Amino acid sequence: MSVYHRRVASVLKPPPPSVPLVTTGPDERSARRDLLEQIGRLESDLSALFCSAYPRGGFDWAVQSRAGPRVLSLSELERLRDDLAERLHDVRRTLSDRTWVEEQNRRLIEEMMLEPEKHKWVRVGNEDIGERGCKHWHVRPRWGILGMMMNWWRVRISSGCPLAT
Amino acid sequence: MIETGWVDADLEVEFPELRLRWIEHEGGSGRTPPEIKERLRGLSDRYTGGKAVHLRQEPIPWAYRVFFRQVGIDPDDHRTPAEQAALDRMKHGSFRSRNLLDDALVIATVETGVPVMALDADRVTPPLGLRLSHEGERLGEGGRALSVRQIVVADPDRSVAVLFGDIAEDRGVDPETKRMLLCSVQVKGVPEISVEEALWTVTEVLRTGA
Repeated sequence: MSVYHRRVASVLKPPPPSVPLVTTGPDERSARRDLLEQIGRLESDLSALFCSAYPRGGFDWAVQSRAGPRVLSLSELERLRDDLAERLHDVRRTLSDRTWVEEQNRRLIEEMMLEPEKHKWVRVGNEDIGERGCKHWHVRPRWGILGMMMNWWRVRISSGCPLAT
Repeated sequence: MIETGWVDADLEVEFPELRLRWIEHEGGSGRTPPEIKERLRGLSDRYTGGKAVHLRQEPIPWAYRVFFRQVGIDPDDHRTPAEQAALDRMKHGSFRSRNLLDDALVIATVETGVPVMALDADRVTPPLGLRLSHEGERLGEGGRALSVRQIVVADPDRSVAVLFGDIAEDRGVDPETKRMLLCSVQVKGVPEISVEEALWTVTEVLRTGA
């Protein structure tokens, strides 16, 4: 048989039986388990941060609700994980900035106590150092106008919040 | 005796440690006797602002908080029962006494961190369980429409409550209730003994007040 005839014969051969196509959906279980664990860890970190930040106010803790209770889809779990991570990052950064400022204010109080005449009329409150209460440190002249003229300055520490009436 | 409910396969795959536990109690609610009011007052005195703030870091309230997140509830918006009780305590200055059942539920939740809910035992058919809602399903028989794949507490015939949410109108406890089913949901991180303690605490308070 010539080459030509062999090729024609091979083309005319019935095709091999097709292998049945088996379709399998990706197994999401391990991905879902990982995401649920990550969400648990992030929630734990966020809770710890909440306790560290207290009593400071002005933080945004909200992470959008997903209309639960229901079993969330994989993409919803991913979005929730990302939202929690983003919130955690934002709050950590804000808290870090705040604590830096509070540290500066604590140092300022020490300097005020050491050299009040260099910090005339400066006033620092508990809120400025991240603590509760109404206590404040205020540099004021001793003996009023006479103190101002003689450069006699001192730090007055308030006695706290007024009593509830 | 404390019973363990069934959990739908879909839900069990997602949350293998999710359990529904319940106990039957003979009797209804009523007025709170002075000794239970006194117990609530004592609990209020021991509950300080610092404790309320750090509640979310305690193991059991934290476990419920994590579960809330995992099922798509924002626990800062819809609070876990333990945190809600703490918030109410801070707002009102004490745990307010309302009626025997509500007071028993508050005492159990605050003491153990485990939430408990009560159903009218004559209007639900045990065994109870946890499952996902079907398309077009309503809460109870003619209640509000449920969204698809919502987690519900159900008896074999119908849903009776949304998990950590509202109870079907005709399944809850009312002044005519003679028997109750006290149910609690156990999630990952909550020891079995705490759930049992919560259920026993409610029954003990109810018996004291009967």
